[in-house]
Amino acid sequence: MRRVAAGAALGLLAAVPLLVSSNVADMLTRVLAFALLALGLDLLAGIGGLPSLGQAAPFGVGAYAAALLAKHVTTVAPLQLLAATAAGAALSAAVGWLLVRSRGTYFLMLTLAVGEIVHELADRWEGVTGGTNGLAGIPAITVVPGAAPVRLAGVRYWYVLTAVLVCGAALVMVSRSAFGRTLRGVRDNEERMRSLGYRTFLPKYAVFCIAGAAAGAAGALWVAQARFVSPADLGFEVSAMALLAVVIGGRGSLWGAALGAAVVVLVREELSPQLGGRGPLVLGLVFVTAVYLLPQGFAGTRLRWPSSPGDHTGRPPDPPSHRGTTPAVPRTPPGRRGTAAT
Amino acid sequence: MTALLETTGLTRRYGSLLALDGVSLSVAAGARHAVIGPNGAGKSTLFALVTGTLRPTAGRVVFDGQDVTRRPDHARARAGMGKTFQHSSLFTSLPVLDNLALATQRAAGRGMAMLRPAGRQVAVQEQAMRLLEQVGLAGRAGTPAAALSHGERRQLEVALALATSPRLLLLDEPTAGMSAADSSRFAELVESLGSAVTVLIIEHDLDVVFRLATRVTVLHLGRVLADGTPDEIRADETVQRAYLGDAALDDLFFEAAP
Repeated sequence: MRRVAAGAALGLLAAVPLLVSSNVADMLTRVLAFALLALGLDLLAGIGGLPSLGQAAPFGVGAYAAALLAKHVTTVAPLQLLAATAAGAALSAAVGWLLVRSRGTYFLMLTLAVGEIVHELADRWEGVTGGTNGLAGIPAITVVPGAAPVRLAGVRYWYVLTAVLVCGAALVMVSRSAFGRTLRGVRDNEERMRSLGYRTFLPKYAVFCIAGAAAGAAGALWVAQARFVSPADLGFEVSAMALLAVVIGGRGSLWGAALGAAVVVLVREELSPQLGGRGPLVLGLVFVTAVYLLPQGFAGTRLRWPSSPGDHTGRPPDPPSHRGTTPAVPRTPPGRRGTAAT
Repeated sequence: MTALLETTGLTRRYGSLLALDGVSLSVAAGARHAVIGPNGAGKSTLFALVTGTLRPTAGRVVFDGQDVTRRPDHARARAGMGKTFQHSSLFTSLPVLDNLALATQRAAGRGMAMLRPAGRQVAVQEQAMRLLEQVGLAGRAGTPAAALSHGERRQLEVALALATSPRLLLLDEPTAGMSAADSSRFAELVESLGSAVTVLIIEHDLDVVFRLATRVTVLHLGRVLADGTPDEIRADETVQRAYLGDAALDDLFFEAAP
Protein backbone atom coordinates (compact mmCIF):
# COMPACT_ATOMS: atom_id res chain seq x y z
CA MET A 1 0.00 0.00 0.00
CA ARG A 2 2.76 2.40 0.95
CA ARG A 3 4.71 1.46 -2.12
CA VAL A 4 1.75 2.10 -4.38
CA ALA A 5 1.23 5.50 -2.80
CA ALA A 6 4.91 6.34 -3.08
CA GLY A 7 4.97 5.20 -6.73
CA ALA A 8 1.92 7.27 -7.56
CA ALA A 9 3.42 10.31 -5.89
CA LEU A 10 6.65 9.85 -7.81
CA GLY A 11 4.82 9.44 -11.11
CA LEU A 12 2.83 12.58 -10.43
CA LEU A 13 5.97 14.52 -9.51
CA ALA A 14 7.69 13.38 -12.69
CA ALA A 15 4.68 14.23 -14.86
CA VAL A 16 4.35 17.77 -13.53
CA PRO A 17 6.09 19.57 -16.44
CA LEU A 18 3.76 17.85 -18.89
CA LEU A 19 0.68 19.06 -17.07
CA VAL A 20 1.35 22.63 -16.00
CA SER A 21 2.60 25.91 -17.39
CA SER A 22 6.27 26.83 -17.18
CA ASN A 23 5.58 29.39 -14.47
CA VAL A 24 4.04 26.75 -12.28
CA ALA A 25 6.86 24.34 -13.08
CA ASP A 26 9.35 27.02 -11.99
CA MET A 27 7.52 27.52 -8.76
CA LEU A 28 7.39 23.79 -8.11
CA THR A 29 11.13 23.66 -8.80
CA ARG A 30 11.61 26.14 -5.98
CA VAL A 31 9.30 24.05 -3.81
CA LEU A 32 11.54 21.04 -4.43
CA ALA A 33 14.70 22.95 -3.55
CA PHE A 34 13.10 24.29 -0.40
CA ALA A 35 11.85 20.81 0.46
CA LEU A 36 15.44 19.56 0.47
CA LEU A 37 16.36 22.34 2.92
CA ALA A 38 13.45 21.26 5.12
CA LEU A 39 14.42 17.58 4.87
CA GLY A 40 17.91 18.31 6.14
CA LEU A 41 16.53 20.46 8.93
CA ASP A 42 14.06 17.74 9.88
CA LEU A 43 16.89 15.27 10.25
CA LEU A 44 18.63 17.80 12.50
CA ALA A 45 15.65 19.09 14.49
CA GLY A 46 13.02 16.38 14.28
CA ILE A 47 15.23 13.32 14.56
CA GLY A 48 18.36 14.73 16.16
CA GLY A 49 16.48 17.05 18.53
CA LEU A 50 18.53 20.10 17.53
CA PRO A 51 16.17 22.80 16.23
CA SER A 52 18.20 25.31 14.26
CA LEU A 53 17.11 28.81 13.35
CA GLY A 54 20.12 29.32 11.13
CA GLN A 55 19.75 26.84 8.29
CA ALA A 56 19.58 29.75 5.86
CA ALA A 57 23.32 30.17 6.43
CA PRO A 58 24.48 26.92 4.76
CA PHE A 59 21.61 27.31 2.28
CA GLY A 60 22.87 30.76 1.30
CA VAL A 61 26.50 29.74 1.28
CA GLY A 62 25.56 26.89 -1.08
CA ALA A 63 23.56 29.27 -3.23
CA TYR A 64 26.44 31.76 -3.50
CA ALA A 65 28.92 28.98 -4.16
CA ALA A 66 26.80 27.64 -7.01
CA ALA A 67 26.21 31.15 -8.39
CA LEU A 68 29.89 32.09 -8.32
CA LEU A 69 30.83 28.80 -9.92
CA ALA A 70 28.22 29.31 -12.63
CA LYS A 71 29.41 32.82 -13.38
CA HIS A 72 33.13 32.22 -13.32
CA VAL A 73 33.92 28.53 -13.71
CA THR A 74 31.35 26.12 -15.02
CA THR A 75 27.68 25.94 -15.90
CA VAL A 76 27.59 22.19 -15.34
CA ALA A 77 24.88 21.87 -12.72
CA PRO A 78 25.98 18.66 -10.96
CA LEU A 79 29.39 20.24 -10.31
CA GLN A 80 27.70 23.30 -8.86
CA LEU A 81 25.60 21.00 -6.72
CA LEU A 82 28.65 19.16 -5.40
CA ALA A 83 30.50 22.38 -4.66
CA ALA A 84 27.50 23.87 -2.89
CA THR A 85 27.00 20.71 -0.85
CA ALA A 86 30.63 20.84 0.21
CA ALA A 87 30.36 24.55 1.01
CA GLY A 88 27.26 24.03 3.16
CA ALA A 89 28.88 21.13 4.97
CA ALA A 90 32.11 23.09 5.48
CA LEU A 91 30.30 26.05 7.03
CA SER A 92 28.35 23.74 9.34
CA ALA A 93 31.50 21.84 10.24
CA ALA A 94 33.25 25.08 11.14
CA VAL A 95 30.52 26.52 13.37
CA GLY A 96 29.00 23.23 14.52
CA TRP A 97 32.09 22.29 16.47
CA LEU A 98 31.04 24.82 19.07
CA LEU A 99 27.32 25.05 18.45
CA VAL A 100 26.29 21.45 19.08
CA ARG A 101 27.79 21.64 22.56
CA SER A 102 24.88 23.86 23.54
CA ARG A 103 21.33 22.70 24.02
CA GLY A 104 17.74 23.78 23.63
CA THR A 105 17.18 27.51 23.58
CA TYR A 106 20.90 28.23 23.63
CA PHE A 107 21.39 26.16 20.52
CA LEU A 108 18.47 27.94 18.88
CA MET A 109 19.90 31.36 19.70
CA LEU A 110 23.42 30.47 18.62
CA THR A 111 22.26 29.13 15.25
CA LEU A 112 20.21 32.29 14.85
CA ALA A 113 23.33 34.35 15.55
CA VAL A 114 25.36 32.43 13.00
CA GLY A 115 22.60 32.89 10.44
CA GLU A 116 22.62 36.64 11.03
CA ILE A 117 26.41 36.86 10.83
CA VAL A 118 26.49 35.05 7.51
CA HIS A 119 23.65 37.23 6.27
CA GLU A 120 25.57 40.34 7.27
CA LEU A 121 28.66 39.00 5.55
CA ALA A 122 26.75 38.46 2.31
CA ASP A 123 25.49 42.02 2.58
CA ARG A 124 28.90 43.59 3.16
CA TRP A 125 31.36 41.55 1.14
CA GLU A 126 30.48 43.27 -2.10
CA GLY A 127 33.49 42.12 -4.08
CA VAL A 128 32.34 38.55 -3.92
CA THR A 129 28.63 38.58 -3.20
CA GLY A 130 27.61 41.74 -5.00
CA GLY A 131 26.37 43.18 -1.73
CA THR A 132 22.72 44.09 -1.42
CA ASN A 133 22.26 43.86 -5.16
CA GLY A 134 23.11 40.21 -5.10
CA LEU A 135 24.46 38.23 -8.01
CA ALA A 136 22.40 38.55 -11.17
CA GLY A 137 23.03 37.32 -14.68
CA ILE A 138 23.79 33.79 -13.65
CA PRO A 139 24.03 31.67 -16.81
CA ALA A 140 21.57 28.86 -17.39
CA ILE A 141 22.71 25.46 -16.19
CA THR A 142 23.88 22.63 -18.37
CA VAL A 143 23.18 19.14 -17.13
CA VAL A 144 26.27 17.48 -18.64
CA PRO A 145 29.48 19.12 -19.89
CA GLY A 146 29.19 20.33 -23.46
CA ALA A 147 25.41 20.07 -23.61
CA ALA A 148 23.17 22.97 -24.54
CA PRO A 149 22.08 25.22 -21.67
CA VAL A 150 18.77 24.24 -20.16
CA ARG A 151 16.19 26.86 -21.08
CA LEU A 152 12.98 24.88 -20.63
CA ALA A 153 11.41 25.14 -17.22
CA GLY A 154 10.30 21.51 -17.47
CA VAL A 155 13.80 20.16 -18.05
CA ARG A 156 15.15 22.28 -15.21
CA TYR A 157 12.39 20.88 -13.03
CA TRP A 158 13.38 17.34 -13.94
CA TYR A 159 17.00 18.03 -13.11
CA VAL A 160 16.10 19.52 -9.73
CA LEU A 161 13.62 16.71 -9.06
CA THR A 162 16.31 14.10 -9.73
CA ALA A 163 18.80 15.88 -7.50
CA VAL A 164 16.27 16.26 -4.69
CA LEU A 165 15.28 12.59 -4.95
CA VAL A 166 18.91 11.48 -4.77
CA CYS A 167 19.72 13.74 -1.82
CA GLY A 168 16.41 12.95 -0.15
CA ALA A 169 17.05 9.22 -0.51
CA ALA A 170 20.44 9.71 1.14
CA LEU A 171 18.78 11.53 4.04
CA VAL A 172 16.15 8.80 4.40
CA MET A 173 18.91 6.20 4.42
CA VAL A 174 20.71 8.08 7.19
CA SER A 175 17.51 8.42 9.18
CA ARG A 176 16.81 4.68 9.01
CA SER A 177 20.35 3.59 9.82
CA ALA A 178 21.87 2.68 13.14
CA PHE A 179 23.16 6.26 13.19
CA GLY A 180 19.57 7.47 12.80
CA ARG A 181 18.64 5.40 15.80
CA THR A 182 21.54 6.95 17.69
CA LEU A 183 20.15 10.39 16.83
CA ARG A 184 16.72 9.47 18.17
CA GLY A 185 18.37 8.17 21.30
CA VAL A 186 20.21 11.46 21.80
CA ARG A 187 16.99 13.38 21.19
CA ASP A 188 15.07 11.27 23.69
CA ASN A 189 17.64 11.01 26.45
CA GLU A 190 21.16 12.26 26.00
CA GLU A 191 22.26 11.45 29.54
CA ARG A 192 21.26 7.82 29.10
CA MET A 193 23.14 7.67 25.81
CA ARG A 194 26.28 8.81 27.59
CA SER A 195 25.80 6.17 30.24
CA LEU A 196 25.69 3.60 27.44
CA GLY A 197 29.08 4.83 26.29
CA TYR A 198 28.10 7.22 23.50
CA ARG A 199 30.18 10.33 23.15
CA THR A 200 27.06 12.25 22.16
CA PHE A 201 28.98 15.15 20.68
CA LEU A 202 29.87 13.03 17.65
CA PRO A 203 26.41 12.14 16.35
CA LYS A 204 25.21 15.67 17.03
CA TYR A 205 28.13 17.16 15.15
CA ALA A 206 27.70 14.69 12.30
CA VAL A 207 24.01 15.41 11.84
CA PHE A 208 24.68 19.14 11.97
CA CYS A 209 27.15 18.75 9.11
CA ILE A 210 24.77 16.52 7.14
CA ALA A 211 21.96 19.04 7.53
CA GLY A 212 24.37 21.74 6.41
CA ALA A 213 25.31 19.71 3.33
CA ALA A 214 21.64 19.23 2.46
CA ALA A 215 21.03 22.96 2.91
CA GLY A 216 23.99 23.76 0.67
CA ALA A 217 22.67 21.40 -2.02
CA ALA A 218 19.25 23.02 -1.71
CA GLY A 219 20.88 26.42 -2.23
CA ALA A 220 22.47 25.28 -5.49
CA LEU A 221 19.15 23.90 -6.74
CA TRP A 222 17.39 27.10 -5.78
CA VAL A 223 19.89 29.12 -7.80
CA ALA A 224 19.63 26.72 -10.74
CA GLN A 225 16.05 27.87 -11.09
CA ALA A 226 16.10 31.45 -9.78
CA ARG A 227 19.40 32.37 -11.50
CA PHE A 228 19.74 35.11 -8.94
CA VAL A 229 20.95 35.18 -5.37
CA SER A 230 20.92 38.00 -2.87
CA PRO A 231 21.37 38.36 0.90
CA ALA A 232 17.60 37.97 1.23
CA ASP A 233 18.07 34.29 0.37
CA LEU A 234 19.96 33.73 3.60
CA GLY A 235 17.91 35.92 5.87
CA PHE A 236 16.18 34.97 9.04
CA GLU A 237 12.93 34.52 7.14
CA VAL A 238 14.31 31.58 5.19
CA SER A 239 15.51 29.86 8.36
CA ALA A 240 12.21 30.46 10.09
CA MET A 241 10.22 29.18 7.15
CA ALA A 242 12.32 26.03 6.98
CA LEU A 243 11.66 25.37 10.64
CA LEU A 244 8.00 26.17 10.09
CA ALA A 245 7.89 23.61 7.28
CA VAL A 246 9.34 21.00 9.63
CA VAL A 247 6.85 21.80 12.37
CA ILE A 248 3.72 21.79 10.26
CA GLY A 249 4.93 18.73 8.40
CA GLY A 250 5.47 16.74 11.57
CA ARG A 251 8.77 16.72 13.37
CA GLY A 252 10.79 13.62 12.61
CA SER A 253 8.82 12.62 9.54
CA LEU A 254 10.83 13.35 6.42
CA TRP A 255 7.92 13.19 3.96
CA GLY A 256 5.94 15.42 6.28
CA ALA A 257 8.72 18.00 6.13
CA ALA A 258 8.66 17.93 2.33
CA LEU A 259 4.91 18.49 2.38
CA GLY A 260 5.32 21.28 4.92
CA ALA A 261 7.87 22.92 2.63
CA ALA A 262 5.37 22.85 -0.22
CA VAL A 263 2.72 24.53 1.92
CA VAL A 264 5.13 27.20 3.11
CA VAL A 265 6.40 28.09 -0.36
CA LEU A 266 2.92 28.03 -1.89
CA VAL A 267 1.48 30.32 0.76
CA ARG A 268 4.41 32.68 0.54
CA GLU A 269 4.67 32.85 -3.24
CA GLU A 270 1.13 32.31 -4.46
CA LEU A 271 -1.13 33.60 -1.73
CA SER A 272 1.02 36.48 -0.59
CA PRO A 273 0.82 38.63 -3.76
CA GLN A 274 -2.93 38.24 -3.81
CA LEU A 275 -3.15 39.45 -0.24
CA GLY A 276 -1.02 42.49 -0.83
CA GLY A 277 2.11 40.98 0.68
CA ARG A 278 0.49 39.67 3.81
CA GLY A 279 1.88 36.20 3.23
CA PRO A 280 3.83 36.12 6.51
CA LEU A 281 0.58 36.81 8.34
CA VAL A 282 -1.02 33.82 6.64
CA LEU A 283 2.03 31.72 7.45
CA GLY A 284 1.67 32.75 11.06
CA LEU A 285 -1.96 31.65 11.02
CA VAL A 286 -1.01 28.38 9.34
CA PHE A 287 1.59 27.85 12.03
CA VAL A 288 -0.81 28.49 14.90
CA THR A 289 -3.49 26.35 13.29
CA ALA A 290 -1.06 23.55 12.62
CA VAL A 291 0.22 23.54 16.18
CA TYR A 292 -3.28 23.48 17.64
CA LEU A 293 -5.05 21.17 15.21
CA LEU A 294 -2.21 18.92 14.13
CA PRO A 295 0.16 18.69 17.07
CA GLN A 296 1.99 15.98 15.20
CA GLY A 297 1.97 17.76 11.88
CA PHE A 298 0.69 16.35 8.64
CA ALA A 299 2.52 13.14 9.38
CA GLY A 300 0.52 12.75 12.58
CA THR A 301 -2.83 12.80 10.81
CA ARG A 302 -1.95 9.36 9.57
CA LEU A 303 -2.62 8.01 13.02
CA ARG A 304 -6.28 8.68 12.63
CA TRP A 305 -6.55 6.79 9.37
CA PRO A 306 -7.59 3.17 9.43
CA SER A 307 -4.38 1.44 10.38
CA SER A 308 -2.46 -0.17 7.59
CA PRO A 309 -1.03 -3.62 8.39
CA GLY A 310 1.34 -2.99 11.24
CA ASP A 311 4.55 -1.89 9.62
CA HIS A 312 5.07 0.85 12.14
CA THR A 313 4.27 1.81 15.66
CA GLY A 314 2.26 4.78 16.68
CA ARG A 315 3.51 6.91 19.47
CA PRO A 316 1.50 7.62 22.57
CA PRO A 317 1.56 11.05 24.16
CA ASP A 318 4.79 11.84 25.91
CA PRO A 319 4.80 11.29 29.61
CA PRO A 320 5.55 14.45 31.56
CA SER A 321 8.89 13.04 32.63
CA HIS A 322 10.14 13.08 29.07
CA ARG A 323 13.55 14.64 28.73
CA GLY A 324 15.37 16.38 25.97
CA THR A 325 12.49 18.59 24.98
CA THR A 326 13.30 21.42 22.71
CA PRO A 327 11.59 24.63 23.52
CA ALA A 328 11.00 26.48 20.30
CA VAL A 329 9.54 23.59 18.42
CA PRO A 330 6.36 22.27 19.98
CA ARG A 331 6.51 18.67 20.90
CA THR A 332 5.21 17.07 17.79
CA PRO A 333 6.23 13.48 17.94
CA PRO A 334 6.15 11.85 14.57
CA GLY A 335 3.53 9.28 13.86
CA ARG A 336 5.84 6.77 12.29
CA ARG A 337 9.52 6.13 12.13
CA GLY A 338 12.03 4.46 9.96
CA THR A 339 13.27 2.33 12.77
CA ALA A 340 9.96 0.91 13.81
CA ALA A 341 10.27 -2.61 15.07
CA THR A 342 9.72 -5.24 12.49
CA MET B 1 40.70 -10.62 45.62
CA THR B 2 41.71 -7.51 43.75
CA ALA B 3 39.67 -4.38 43.79
CA LEU B 4 37.83 -3.56 40.57
CA LEU B 5 36.78 -0.18 41.86
CA GLU B 6 38.56 1.88 44.44
CA THR B 7 37.82 5.35 45.70
CA THR B 8 40.21 7.23 47.93
CA GLY B 9 39.24 10.26 49.96
CA LEU B 10 36.32 11.06 47.70
CA THR B 11 34.92 14.45 48.68
CA ARG B 12 32.22 16.58 47.16
CA ARG B 13 30.99 19.96 48.29
CA TYR B 14 27.86 21.76 47.17
CA GLY B 15 28.64 25.28 48.26
CA SER B 16 28.92 25.07 52.00
CA LEU B 17 27.34 21.65 52.19
CA LEU B 18 29.76 18.80 52.45
CA ALA B 19 27.81 16.00 50.78
CA LEU B 20 30.61 13.49 50.78
CA ASP B 21 33.57 13.68 53.10
CA GLY B 22 36.60 11.60 52.29
CA VAL B 23 34.93 8.34 51.35
CA SER B 24 37.31 5.49 50.64
CA LEU B 25 35.70 2.40 49.28
CA SER B 26 37.03 -0.76 47.75
CA VAL B 27 34.82 -2.98 45.63
CA ALA B 28 36.34 -6.40 45.04
CA ALA B 29 36.05 -8.02 41.64
CA GLY B 30 33.03 -10.30 41.57
CA ALA B 31 31.57 -8.81 44.73
CA ARG B 32 27.99 -7.84 45.40
CA HIS B 33 28.75 -4.66 47.22
CA ALA B 34 25.93 -2.65 48.76
CA VAL B 35 26.04 0.94 49.93
CA ILE B 36 23.33 1.81 52.40
CA GLY B 37 22.59 4.73 54.60
CA PRO B 38 19.81 7.02 55.68
CA ASN B 39 18.56 9.87 53.52
CA GLY B 40 21.19 12.53 53.01
CA ALA B 41 24.03 10.13 53.72
CA GLY B 42 25.64 10.93 50.37
CA LYS B 43 24.77 7.72 48.54
CA SER B 44 23.59 9.38 45.36
CA THR B 45 26.53 11.76 45.34
CA LEU B 46 28.90 8.82 45.66
CA PHE B 47 27.10 7.13 42.79
CA ALA B 48 27.42 10.21 40.59
CA LEU B 49 31.11 10.58 41.39
CA VAL B 50 31.82 6.96 40.55
CA THR B 51 29.86 7.00 37.27
CA GLY B 52 31.34 10.33 36.25
CA THR B 53 28.29 12.56 36.07
CA LEU B 54 29.81 14.65 38.86
CA ARG B 55 33.43 15.61 39.46
CA PRO B 56 34.80 15.27 42.98
CA THR B 57 36.07 18.25 44.93
CA ALA B 58 38.89 16.02 46.10
CA GLY B 59 39.85 12.38 45.96
CA ARG B 60 40.33 9.74 43.28
CA VAL B 61 38.34 7.06 41.52
CA VAL B 62 40.32 4.11 40.25
CA PHE B 63 38.57 1.60 38.03
CA ASP B 64 40.30 -1.57 36.97
CA GLY B 65 43.71 -0.16 37.85
CA GLN B 66 43.19 3.08 35.94
CA ASP B 67 42.61 6.49 37.43
CA VAL B 68 39.32 7.60 35.89
CA THR B 69 38.73 10.62 38.12
CA ARG B 70 39.00 13.05 35.22
CA ARG B 71 37.41 10.85 32.57
CA PRO B 72 33.89 11.76 31.37
CA ASP B 73 30.91 9.49 31.98
CA HIS B 74 30.78 8.05 28.46
CA ALA B 75 34.43 7.05 28.61
CA ARG B 76 33.84 5.28 31.93
CA ALA B 77 30.86 3.51 30.37
CA ARG B 78 33.03 2.30 27.50
CA ALA B 79 35.67 1.16 29.97
CA GLY B 80 33.09 -1.21 31.44
CA MET B 81 30.81 0.61 33.89
CA GLY B 82 27.12 0.10 33.37
CA LYS B 83 24.54 1.91 35.43
CA THR B 84 20.86 2.11 36.11
CA PHE B 85 19.09 5.31 37.02
CA GLN B 86 17.06 5.84 40.15
CA HIS B 87 14.11 6.95 38.07
CA SER B 88 13.75 4.92 34.93
CA SER B 89 15.60 6.70 32.22
CA LEU B 90 14.61 5.23 28.90
CA PHE B 91 14.17 6.31 25.30
CA THR B 92 10.47 6.79 25.67
CA SER B 93 9.55 7.43 22.06
CA LEU B 94 11.40 4.38 20.76
CA PRO B 95 10.17 0.79 20.76
CA VAL B 96 11.49 -1.42 23.55
CA LEU B 97 13.69 -3.35 21.14
CA ASP B 98 15.28 -0.14 19.85
CA ASN B 99 16.04 0.91 23.41
CA LEU B 100 18.20 -2.16 23.81
CA ALA B 101 19.55 -2.00 20.28
CA LEU B 102 20.96 1.43 21.13
CA ALA B 103 23.06 -0.28 23.76
CA THR B 104 24.04 -3.29 21.67
CA GLN B 105 24.89 -1.21 18.61
CA ARG B 106 27.23 0.92 20.71
CA ALA B 107 28.87 -2.18 22.11
CA ALA B 108 29.27 -3.47 18.55
CA GLY B 109 30.77 -0.15 17.42
CA ARG B 110 27.90 0.54 15.04
CA GLY B 111 26.52 3.69 16.60
CA MET B 112 27.63 5.87 13.70
CA ALA B 113 26.91 3.42 10.86
CA MET B 114 24.84 5.26 8.26
CA LEU B 115 24.62 3.00 5.23
CA ARG B 116 22.58 0.00 6.30
CA PRO B 117 19.04 0.23 7.69
CA ALA B 118 19.16 -0.23 11.46
CA GLY B 119 16.91 -3.29 11.20
CA ARG B 120 19.51 -5.07 9.07
CA GLN B 121 22.26 -4.80 11.66
CA VAL B 122 21.54 -8.45 12.31
CA ALA B 123 24.01 -9.08 15.13
CA VAL B 124 22.90 -5.92 16.93
CA GLN B 125 19.21 -6.75 16.62
CA GLU B 126 19.64 -10.36 17.67
CA GLN B 127 21.68 -9.47 20.71
CA ALA B 128 19.03 -6.93 21.72
CA MET B 129 16.31 -9.55 21.30
CA ARG B 130 18.25 -12.05 23.41
CA LEU B 131 18.54 -9.53 26.20
CA LEU B 132 14.83 -8.78 25.98
CA GLU B 133 14.08 -12.46 26.42
CA GLN B 134 16.45 -12.60 29.37
CA VAL B 135 14.50 -9.95 31.26
CA GLY B 136 11.15 -11.31 30.12
CA LEU B 137 10.12 -8.46 27.85
CA ALA B 138 10.32 -10.30 24.54
CA GLY B 139 6.58 -9.93 24.00
CA ARG B 140 6.86 -6.16 24.24
CA ALA B 141 9.58 -5.64 21.63
CA GLY B 142 7.51 -3.33 19.43
CA THR B 143 5.86 -1.34 22.21
CA PRO B 144 7.08 2.21 22.72
CA ALA B 145 8.94 2.38 26.02
CA ALA B 146 6.58 5.13 27.20
CA ALA B 147 3.73 2.59 27.22
CA LEU B 148 5.42 0.17 29.63
CA SER B 149 4.21 -0.35 33.17
CA HIS B 150 6.42 0.79 36.03
CA GLY B 151 7.70 -2.72 36.71
CA GLU B 152 8.45 -3.30 33.05
CA ARG B 153 10.33 -0.03 32.89
CA ARG B 154 12.52 -1.10 35.76
CA GLN B 155 13.22 -4.38 33.97
CA LEU B 156 14.12 -2.55 30.78
CA GLU B 157 16.28 -0.18 32.81
CA VAL B 158 18.34 -3.11 34.10
CA ALA B 159 18.44 -4.74 30.68
CA LEU B 160 19.80 -1.52 29.22
CA ALA B 161 22.57 -1.38 31.78
CA LEU B 162 23.47 -5.00 31.10
CA ALA B 163 23.29 -4.66 27.34
CA THR B 164 26.74 -3.12 27.07
CA SER B 165 28.25 -6.13 28.91
CA PRO B 166 29.68 -4.09 31.78
CA ARG B 167 32.20 -5.50 34.23
CA LEU B 168 30.91 -3.24 36.95
CA LEU B 169 27.18 -2.78 37.24
CA LEU B 170 26.10 0.21 39.30
CA LEU B 171 22.52 0.09 40.52
CA ASP B 172 21.00 3.25 42.00
CA GLU B 173 18.08 2.24 44.22
CA PRO B 174 16.90 -0.33 41.71
CA THR B 175 13.91 -1.56 43.68
CA ALA B 176 12.52 1.90 44.46
CA GLY B 177 8.79 1.79 43.86
CA MET B 178 8.77 -1.90 43.02
CA SER B 179 6.25 -4.33 44.40
CA ALA B 180 7.58 -7.08 46.67
CA ALA B 181 7.21 -9.58 43.85
CA ASP B 182 9.08 -7.36 41.43
CA SER B 183 11.83 -6.76 43.99
CA SER B 184 12.23 -10.45 44.47
CA ARG B 185 12.38 -11.05 40.73
CA PHE B 186 14.93 -8.30 40.46
CA ALA B 187 17.06 -9.92 43.17
CA GLU B 188 16.92 -13.19 41.23
CA LEU B 189 18.11 -11.37 38.14
CA VAL B 190 21.11 -9.94 39.98
CA GLU B 191 21.87 -13.34 41.55
CA SER B 192 21.88 -14.90 38.09
CA LEU B 193 24.54 -12.52 36.79
CA GLY B 194 27.58 -14.61 37.59
CA SER B 195 30.89 -13.46 38.95
CA ALA B 196 32.09 -11.84 35.73
CA VAL B 197 29.91 -8.89 36.66
CA THR B 198 30.72 -6.98 39.80
CA VAL B 199 27.74 -5.21 41.32
CA LEU B 200 27.70 -2.01 43.33
CA ILE B 201 24.20 -1.41 44.58
CA ILE B 202 22.81 1.61 46.39
CA GLU B 203 19.65 0.58 48.09
CA HIS B 204 17.05 1.52 50.65
CA ASP B 205 15.41 -1.86 50.87
CA LEU B 206 17.47 -3.70 53.49
CA ASP B 207 15.82 -7.04 52.69
CA VAL B 208 17.21 -6.86 49.18
CA VAL B 209 20.59 -5.71 50.47
CA PHE B 210 21.01 -8.51 52.97
CA ARG B 211 19.78 -11.05 50.46
CA LEU B 212 22.22 -10.02 47.73
CA ALA B 213 25.22 -8.37 49.23
CA THR B 214 28.51 -10.03 49.97
CA ARG B 215 29.78 -6.80 51.46
CA VAL B 216 28.05 -3.74 52.84
CA THR B 217 29.26 -0.19 53.32
CA VAL B 218 27.19 2.12 55.47
CA LEU B 219 27.31 5.83 54.77
CA HIS B 220 26.17 8.36 57.28
CA LEU B 221 26.36 12.12 56.88
CA GLY B 222 28.82 11.82 54.03
CA ARG B 223 31.22 9.46 55.78
CA VAL B 224 31.77 5.75 55.94
CA LEU B 225 30.18 4.63 59.17
CA ALA B 226 30.89 0.95 58.80
CA ASP B 227 32.17 -1.51 56.24
CA GLY B 228 31.98 -5.27 56.46
CA THR B 229 30.12 -8.46 55.68
CA PRO B 230 26.33 -8.39 56.00
CA ASP B 231 26.54 -10.22 59.32
CA GLU B 232 29.02 -7.78 60.75
CA ILE B 233 26.86 -4.86 59.64
CA ARG B 234 23.75 -6.40 61.12
CA ALA B 235 25.49 -6.73 64.44
CA ASP B 236 27.05 -3.28 64.36
CA GLU B 237 25.65 -1.02 67.01
CA THR B 238 26.56 2.29 65.40
CA VAL B 239 24.71 1.23 62.28
CA GLN B 240 21.65 0.33 64.27
CA ARG B 241 21.77 3.69 65.91
CA ALA B 242 22.09 5.45 62.57
CA TYR B 243 19.12 3.61 61.21
CA LEU B 244 16.90 3.11 64.19
CA GLY B 245 18.29 6.09 66.02
CA ASP B 246 17.77 6.01 69.76
CA ALA B 247 18.92 9.49 70.54
CA ALA B 248 20.33 9.97 67.07
CA LEU B 249 17.05 10.77 65.36
CA ASP B 250 18.12 14.36 65.09
CA ASP B 251 21.18 13.27 63.16
CA LEU B 252 19.03 11.76 60.51
CA PHE B 253 16.68 14.58 59.96
CA PHE B 254 18.45 17.76 60.85
CA GLU B 255 22.20 17.68 60.64
CA ALA B 256 22.19 16.51 57.04
CA ALA B 257 20.09 19.44 55.87
CA PRO B 258 21.98 22.29 54.20
